[in-house]
Amino acid sequence: MGKTISEKILSLHSGKEVQASDLALANVDLLMGHDWNTPLTIQVLKEMGVERIFDPKKAVFVIDHAVPSPNEKVSAMQRETEEFARKQGASLYLSGQGICHQLLPEQGHIKPGMLVVGCDSHTTTYGALNAFAIGVGSTDLAAALASGRIWLRVPETIKVIFKNRLPKGVYAKDLILNIIGRVTSEGANYMALEFGEDGVEEISMDGRFTMANMAVEMGAKAALFEVDSKTRDWLSRRISHSYEPISPDPDSHYAKVWEWDLSSLVPQVAKPHNVDNVVPVTEVEGTEVHQGILGTCTNGRVEDLKVAAEILKGRKVFSDFRLIVVPASKQVLMEAMRDGILETLLEAGALIIPPGCGPCHGASSGVPGDGENVISTANRNFRGRMGNNKASIYLASPATVAASAIKGKITDPRNYLG
Amino acid sequence: MILKGKCHLLGDDINTDYIIASKYRSMGLDFKGMAKHLLEDLDPNISNSIQKGDFLVAGRNFGCGSSREFAPRVILEAGISAILALSYARIFYRNSLNVGLRLLECDTRSIRNGDIIEIDLKTWTAKDLTQDLSIPIKPLPPFMIQILNDGGLVPHFKKWGGFHMIEGDRL
Repeated sequence: MGKTISEKILSLHSGKEVQASDLALANVDLLMGHDWNTPLTIQVLKEMGVERIFDPKKAVFVIDHAVPSPNEKVSAMQRETEEFARKQGASLYLSGQGICHQLLPEQGHIKPGMLVVGCDSHTTTYGALNAFAIGVGSTDLAAALASGRIWLRVPETIKVIFKNRLPKGVYAKDLILNIIGRVTSEGANYMALEFGEDGVEEISMDGRFTMANMAVEMGAKAALFEVDSKTRDWLSRRISHSYEPISPDPDSHYAKVWEWDLSSLVPQVAKPHNVDNVVPVTEVEGTEVHQGILGTCTNGRVEDLKVAAEILKGRKVFSDFRLIVVPASKQVLMEAMRDGILETLLEAGALIIPPGCGPCHGASSGVPGDGENVISTANRNFRGRMGNNKASIYLASPATVAASAIKGKITDPRNYLG
Repeated sequence: MILKGKCHLLGDDINTDYIIASKYRSMGLDFKGMAKHLLEDLDPNISNSIQKGDFLVAGRNFGCGSSREFAPRVILEAGISAILALSYARIFYRNSLNVGLRLLECDTRSIRNGDIIEIDLKTWTAKDLTQDLSIPIKPLPPFMIQILNDGGLVPHFKKWGGFHMIEGDRL
């Protein structure tokens, strides 16, 4: 029987032929830790008696979860992470360079066919580049840093096929929200998603990162896109070495096949307080909102900022509304500056904060007030997620956030796209 | 091994932000201090009502969301000896195994808040003593039992010098 992308990557990395539901002890190509979870990893390595990680060239550490540090305790955690990375000789990205999930692909750490283990649930993002990338906790990261290996259950795969094209004003974010809403928060639990050639060619690389990023919100272990001309073009500007794309065999076995007709899709909104509480924007249009978040690891890329700027050009953010922009990386910020996107956003009344995780997880700036509604391009809307359990979070595309910022109410972005 | 305790009933999709909010991460590795904030966005009184050995009982997809390992560590620190749920999110599942928190998969739908339950890990059954119900628990694969019996992944690594896999194990 043929193999899925996941079965192929895990077979190649465990030195034996494995298939869904087998247990594999696999060799890891790249490991990632950030300031929020690495201090515990360092503690676990001490408990294990491990002084040197297996291969510093395969480890990357990123300071991104609260930048710049809001207090002395966070400073201590960041300092500890930085000192550990330097002592081990691993790659290190300091405050303000960007979010791990943007930096690793952007700085050329990720290539097709890799097995990546990251100490963050949204590590699935790298699947946009055909890598089997999974999120783990601090102890799993420590064990992998120590041994270069991780045990994994080889996941069953759900094949996702798209028909037709996304209509104007409807984006990859709307598509992934729609999928999560339909299949629920555990619709892909323990499984891998495989986005095949069918229909994917229409989705931009930035859109693919958004989709792979949010796959974990339906419980997926990994989300893998096949490599096509868009992937090759994107990678050619970031890595110089060769790579081997992994495609599924024609007779590979899928646990499920999901077919989506893109042509009938409308902008989507995930209502409080669950990511799978998804409705068409028209159902919540007019709901008062007080703060907007444009950015994060889900939608903080150039394409996202550009879409918002196109809507906000020549317009103003509503007088009683805060629009917070958090670019995914310094490179994104600089590109947005060169393209005039930042100027447009600032003229419209946006507030721009340093590249990083920003207000998404409620541990530094941008905490909403009591009773406030937030409309955000981030990936989670749990009660209290942004640091205040008396606030409510709606998730949407950058276009919907921009349109809503103009009105101070949830607004269908198609009203602003001629 | 027999575990006995009182049930604290929760719903579906209990995410790790609810279990312990990200803002408390700045408490460093003070899991005892964090345990006072366990599930506070859902129920500010729950941490006070938990006694050592009690169980959290939930529906589907317990532990979804972030990969923060503080979630199972804080649950353990609060005195919870095991969780019973219909299903679990995968990262939380791994993290719990690694830190030695027992996650038991069973049909929790008839369990009521405050019921006293006795769990037999040899026969994989939960007895609801309050309602006189017997609920089967899905047995764990041998290598997971090994990690739990070793006390988590750190003692497992120290004992075996790495991962001790059992050949042919499937999940």
